[in-house]
Amino acid sequence: MVADNEKRGGWSWWYVLFIIEFAVPLWPPLYNRLEPTVIGIPFFYWFQLLWVLVSAVLTTVVYFATAE
Amino acid sequence: MHGINWTALSIFVGLFAFISWLGFAAARWRRGDLEQLHEWGLGGRRFGTVITWFLVGGDIYTAYTFIAVPALAFGAGAVAFFAVPYTVIIYPLLFLAFRRLWHVCQRHGYITAGDFVRGRFGNRWLALAITVTGIIATMPYIALQLVGIQVVIGALGVSGSGLVGDLPLFVAFIVLAAFTYSSGLRAPASIAVVKDLLIYLTALTAVIVIPLELGGFAKIFAAVPAKQLLLATPGPKSTGSYSGYATLALGSALALFLYPHSLTAILSASSGKAIRRNAALLPGYSVMLGLLAMLGFFVIAAGVDKLPEYAAGFKQFGSNFAVPALLLHSFPAWFVGIAFAAIGIGALVPAAIMSIAAANLYTRNIHREFINKTPTDRQESQVAKRVSLGVKVGALVFILFVPTKYAIQLQLLGGIWIIQTLPAVMLGAYTRWFNAWALVVGWAIGIITGTWMAVETNLTPTFPLSVAGYSFPGYTAVYTLVLNLLVAVVFTPLLNGVGLRGGAADETVGADYSA
Repeated sequence: MVADNEKRGGWSWWYVLFIIEFAVPLWPPLYNRLEPTVIGIPFFYWFQLLWVLVSAVLTTVVYFATAE
Repeated sequence: MHGINWTALSIFVGLFAFISWLGFAAARWRRGDLEQLHEWGLGGRRFGTVITWFLVGGDIYTAYTFIAVPALAFGAGAVAFFAVPYTVIIYPLLFLAFRRLWHVCQRHGYITAGDFVRGRFGNRWLALAITVTGIIATMPYIALQLVGIQVVIGALGVSGSGLVGDLPLFVAFIVLAAFTYSSGLRAPASIAVVKDLLIYLTALTAVIVIPLELGGFAKIFAAVPAKQLLLATPGPKSTGSYSGYATLALGSALALFLYPHSLTAILSASSGKAIRRNAALLPGYSVMLGLLAMLGFFVIAAGVDKLPEYAAGFKQFGSNFAVPALLLHSFPAWFVGIAFAAIGIGALVPAAIMSIAAANLYTRNIHREFINKTPTDRQESQVAKRVSLGVKVGALVFILFVPTKYAIQLQLLGGIWIIQTLPAVMLGAYTRWFNAWALVVGWAIGIITGTWMAVETNLTPTFPLSVAGYSFPGYTAVYTLVLNLLVAVVFTPLLNGVGLRGGAADETVGADYSA
C-alpha cells in the first residue's frame, strides 16, 4: 500500500467503538426474540431502536476523543 | 375513491405553495455566483453542521422510505426493520471514509465521485464507469420519489383517468424542475428544513396518538400474526433469514453514500468537522425511521386495510397505501393535510438533489471529459442546469407511462450496480494500490454477475448462495461486491506484471485526505 495515511487521519484505537457499533446489529440471533417487552414492544424492536441511541453516543465519544 | 378531502387538500396545497416560494427565494441565500458549477451544484460548499443535518437527512430518508418501509412491515413483518441496522452502520462509514473524501474533494475542487476517481487513478474510462453507474442508478430512484407524491395525491381523493389524474403530479414536477434550475442545491437545502420539521411532527404525533387510540403497544403487537413479528429461525444447513437480514442491512449501508445524491449532500458541507458531527447527529433520523416502520403494524391493528372506504386505494397502490390510509383513518383532515404535505415535500427534496447530482456527473465527467474539454464556468453551469431538467423529464415520463413495479425493480438493480463503485471510490479514499484497469474489470464482472443473479431470483434482493450443501441466502449486492473485490485484487498484480499502467499519476497526496 502507498504510505499515505501515516500522520493524521490514520488509525486511532477509539475506532474500536465503531467495530462494536457495526457488528452488533449485523448479528440478528442476538436480538431476534420477543421477550422482554418494554411498554408492550417486543425486544426485537426496542433493542434495535435503543442501539441507534447507543451508536450515536459511541460516535460522539469517538468525535471528542479524536478531535482534530 | 371517496371524493376530494377539501380541508386536507387546501393545507397540502398551501404548504406546497410556501415551499415553492422558498425554493425560488433560496437562490439569494448565502449568495454566490450561480453561473459556477460548485455554487449551483454544491451550494458553494457553504453548509454548516445544522444545514448539513437537514440536507443529508432530507436526502437519504426520503418520502419513498417513509411510505415503503412501513408498507413492508405491513406486508412482510419483521424484515422491514432491517432499515434500522442499515441506518446505524452507515455512520461509522461517514465518519471515517467519507470524511476523507470530503477533504480531498474540497482540496482539489472535485464535485463528483467521477472527478475524484479521475484525479486519484488518472484513468478517464474508470471515471466514466463510475459516472455512468451513478447516473443510471439514480434515475429509478427519482422515479420512486414521484411515486411517493402520486400515492398521497391519490389519498387526498384527487383522482381521474388519464391526463387529468396525472395533472397534480405534473404541476408538482414543473415546480420542482423550475426551482432546481434557478437555485440549484440551495433550493432543496432550504426546503429540507421545512420538510424535516413537518416529518418529525407527523412521525411523533403518529407514534404517540395512534397507540393511545388503539389501546397500547401490547394490543397492537398482539394483532400482528406471530410469524411476522420475528425473523424466521433458520432451518438446518442454512443461515436463512438471519444472513438475509444482516447482508441486506450491510449492503444497503455500503451502497448508500456511493449514490451520487448522498455524495453531493456530503460534499456541500463546509468542513470535515460538520461531517463528523453529523455522523453523531444523523441517527436522530434513524430513530424516527424505526418508529415509522412500526406504523405498518398499526395498520394491521387498526384493520384499516379491511375498511371499504380504503379498498380502492389499496387496489391502486398496493401496500404503499397503508400509511396514507392509516393517517386518514386516525387524524382530523387538517392534520392529514400537514402529514401528506410532509410526505409530498419529502419527495421533492431528494428528487431535486438526485437530479442535481446526476447533472453534475454528466457535466464534469462526460461533457467536459469527452465533448468540450475547456468550457467556461458559465457553459458548465448551463449544461448542468439543462441536464437536471432532462433527468427529471425522464423520471416523469417513466412514472406516467411505465408500471410502478418496474421502477421498484430498477431501483433494486441500481443498488446492486452502485455498490460496484465501492473499490474505486471508498477504498480509493484510502489507497491507490489497485490498478485502474483491474478496477474496471472488477466493476464489469460485478455488474454482469449481479444483474444475472437478480434476474435468476426474479428481481428479489436475496440470492440463495449454496456451498457444499449449506445455503447462505444473502443480498446480491454484497456477494457481487466480494466478487468484484477478489477480481480487482487478483488482476492488479497481473496487469502491473505485464506492464499495463492503470493511468496517469495520482493528483492527490496523503495529506489531502485529512484536515
